[in-house]
Amino acid sequence: MAVGEVAILGVGMHPWGKWGRNFVEYGVAAAQAALADAGVAWTDVQFVAGGETIRNGYPGYVAGASIAQALGWNGAQVTSSYGACASGSQAIAMARAQILAGLCDVALVVGADTTPKGFFAPAGSGDRTKDPDWLRFRLLGATNPVYFGLYARRRMDLYGDTERDFAQVKVKNSRCGAANPNARYRQTYTVDEVLASPMVSDPLRLLQICATSDGGAALVLSSLAYARKRTTKPVTIAAVSTITPRFPQTIIEMPNFATDSAATLPVPDVSFKDSITKVAYEQAGLGPEDVSVAEVYDLSSALELDWYENIGLCKPGEAVKLLRGGVTSLGGKQPVNPSGGLGAFGEAIPAQAIAQVCELTWQLRGQATGRQVEGARVGVTANQGLFGHGSAVIVKTS
Amino acid sequence: MPKQRTPAVPGWFTLDVARPALLGTRCKACGTVFFPREETFCRSPLCQGTAFEEVELSRRGRLWSYTNNSYQPPPPYVPTTDPYQPFAVAAVELERERMVVLGQVVAGVGVADLEVGMEMELVLDTLSEDAENEYVVYKWRPVAA
Repeated sequence: MAVGEVAILGVGMHPWGKWGRNFVEYGVAAAQAALADAGVAWTDVQFVAGGETIRNGYPGYVAGASIAQALGWNGAQVTSSYGACASGSQAIAMARAQILAGLCDVALVVGADTTPKGFFAPAGSGDRTKDPDWLRFRLLGATNPVYFGLYARRRMDLYGDTERDFAQVKVKNSRCGAANPNARYRQTYTVDEVLASPMVSDPLRLLQICATSDGGAALVLSSLAYARKRTTKPVTIAAVSTITPRFPQTIIEMPNFATDSAATLPVPDVSFKDSITKVAYEQAGLGPEDVSVAEVYDLSSALELDWYENIGLCKPGEAVKLLRGGVTSLGGKQPVNPSGGLGAFGEAIPAQAIAQVCELTWQLRGQATGRQVEGARVGVTANQGLFGHGSAVIVKTS
Repeated sequence: MPKQRTPAVPGWFTLDVARPALLGTRCKACGTVFFPREETFCRSPLCQGTAFEEVELSRRGRLWSYTNNSYQPPPPYVPTTDPYQPFAVAAVELERERMVVLGQVVAGVGVADLEVGMEMELVLDTLSEDAENEYVVYKWRPVAA
């Protein structure tokens, strides 16, 4: 399937942290940075795609408009999207589709969040005995790290991964995060330090589990024709995947109590998480062997290893070989999470998938000072939002 | 007066103390089993079924994976002890249904006692209590060797 490309004219972020201010502030700061990077005036933006936040009241549900109003109403068309952790990709997909359809030339994609302290709990109030997201806390005490712990333990049992391997992911990413001015955690760790942190959901410890953060990220996207008037070699978006699972989905996922039953229909040939980037590779006419750099959703250190396999860098069970061999470290053949990943950022939900694209853009432009992947030409992001939201973006440079 | 035994969520499991079972539903058109119960539209993409019958799921299965909550989960979780006692959570694969079901593991069985692949069985336990009710929930427990 041949799919057209759109240009990434500008990228911008507000640093991640626990700032406690209105999410709109971070969104405006990121948007202004992206517009300045693009050399595009806000008043020229024709379409605004916001990633929603569900923890900041009504302004969060209409984040695209809230941030557009703060930037100063300019009459642009607007949308706001929600796909849990994949919300940013949903916003990117909206803007890209508008551009590829010829409905606009230049669009702003923006996401920002202000998060409460501690575990994420179900949004909203009152007893909701039909809502699996409420029930999983009530009946099981199944926090998000419980699901991450299940996946991590499964790797240890099936593949022989060790707690030291999982800790090594954090060590690797902390070195990159230390060099990233937008990261929240700039400290480097040793394996022993990681393993000395308190257990949260066995075998995962505090330093191996993604925190919740405040932050904002933005992109200025345009048609290739619009970009040609401004720059000679823009980084482009070659693919966006917002795929859902196929029935029966046989891996237990947040916030579910059970998988689908696989007793009546055959299990799909490609698992949901494998399909997320497979679809993107097909759109781009590229494969995992073409990837120079990847940003994947390390909600836990162990989950980063799952992604190596899901995005096709290796076969199932072989991720630890890549890790131990340094293949996915800075200086390796296919570095993963040179931004420092979620381990160094913590998650600002609607901004995170956009931030992944910001990082890859800097990498492909050669502007990722202190954490640069030399000669990066193709980058892939991978991410998954609860309730069945796949998310992947492929960026490339000519 | 003894407290009323009340399911913490209605219709998800029997209250049979000796042989409790999870209650799912089966689509009358295609035979697919659902847990938690599906009662309006069949979720198979190839089926238009809207009629379901209640079925008891297998009481035993194999441990797919496990973990625990070292810290007290946030509300709506209701702590049962003060101070908080960590508890394990199990994902158990039911062979006949080809389905993995999450549940708490009974108190006294920690992650050190568990191993992927071991046989687990369903039991009932107290989730929380108020003045009149003992709210009952299903949990997993290793089958005694």
